[in-house]
Amino acid sequence: MPDAPRILYCHCQYAQVVPPEVKEAVLKQLSDSGVSFDAVADLCEMSARQDPSLKRLADGGPVKIAACFPRAVKWLFHTAKADLPLDTAEVLNMRVQSAEEITAALFNGAVQPNLPKGKVTATDAPKVVA
Amino acid sequence: MSLTTAATLRVVLYEGTDSPPLASTDRFSALTALLEKGFAVTRAVAGGRVAPHERGSLLVLGQFAGRTPEAEGVTAGTTVHFQDITGLDAARIADAAEAVQAETGAARHGEWKPWFPVIDYDRCTNCMQCLSFCLFGVYGVDEQNKIQAQNHDNCKTNCPACSRVCPEAAIMFPKYKAGPINGDVVQDSDMGKEKMKIDISSLLGGDVYSQLRQRSDAAKARFSKERDDKKALAERQKCLTKLAQGGDIPMEVLMNLPAPEEILRRAEEAKAKAQAALAAQTK
Ligand code: SF4
Ligand code: SF4
Repeated sequence: MPDAPRILYCHCQYAQVVPPEVKEAVLKQLSDSGVSFDAVADLCEMSARQDPSLKRLADGGPVKIAACFPRAVKWLFHTAKADLPLDTAEVLNMRVQSAEEITAALFNGAVQPNLPKGKVTATDAPKVVA
Repeated sequence: MSLTTAATLRVVLYEGTDSPPLASTDRFSALTALLEKGFAVTRAVAGGRVAPHERGSLLVLGQFAGRTPEAEGVTAGTTVHFQDITGLDAARIADAAEAVQAETGAARHGEWKPWFPVIDYDRCTNCMQCLSFCLFGVYGVDEQNKIQAQNHDNCKTNCPACSRVCPEAAIMFPKYKAGPINGDVVQDSDMGKEKMKIDISSLLGGDVYSQLRQRSDAAKARFSKERDDKKALAERQKCLTKLAQGGDIPMEVLMNLPAPEEILRRAEEAKAKAQAALAAQTK
């Protein structure tokens, strides 16, 4: 599957804001899936350090990211001078979505871009499927 | 402490030719142990897609059974280390990664809770209120006089105060408990909320600068001969408790605020910085 999007998983290591059972289940399913993926301990920490690896994580083409709110992820990458591609990045939110929804989206092959483009209000924000 | 570091170590857990897959539980434990130690890990299987290589150090973990592979196609500026993990448990795999981290001088992680303001530039109007508010020098401006968070590790852990002074709700703390500060969508009602528009003066029930000046003058007059530290502290606590109630700022953060005179000095400094940046914008 040469065109399958890459997968990036954030372990949110230095805070308890992502329910542990969700991140554990997502990581377990990724680990058992037989696919290649990138995993990072904590995107926030990498952003603060302007870790150069964020650039390669952002630059490698279409990507699906399991982390938290898309608006936060977009600007965390920007802070590290590693802007994500607005049209080919999809962020799955482990703070509000279930592990099943997230893994289904990670493995479905098609990127549904959902990074905010411009000032987003509640009315035009992408809906989270509950 | 300088947070910005160039040296990084990418760990690759390789399962492919000459490295048979790990058992499911072993792979999961190894990944978890490495992530808990702060590493970035790539799980690579033959033909899979991951982020490209970059300059820096690479540690390739695999069940090589004594046959250390040759590194191929390695670009200049990259050093590759191989580690045979046949028979190693997760803790020993993480130890091995830490040994390479120390050897290569790559950044260590987890010594600081990553708590800092992240600016949503789609919303930010560059008004500089955050810069003039923050007493800890977290904010600054770039070459184009655009606001940016510069000294991330000066930020007081768990304190979201500056996000509440931002009139545009443009400041996020992704590890905060609630929206929109955590990055959730900004609702129209958030913009109207009193809480979102707190400014330090209203927290203290008036103009903070003159309040502090009065307090300091009164304190000077009262304690000119013999300074009563206990009373001064009680005074400061009273003022800080008010701050805490108004904006859910952790008490320990408030207790670490500098003395009123120092607050005044820093506030003036921040105000001057903000004014200079605003003046440069209008040129
Ligand atoms: S990006 Fe989100 S999920 Fe990742 S470390 Fe930061 S707050 Fe946690
Ligand atoms: S207070 Fe908000 S809008 Fe003003 S400069 Fe700071 S982040 Fe931007």
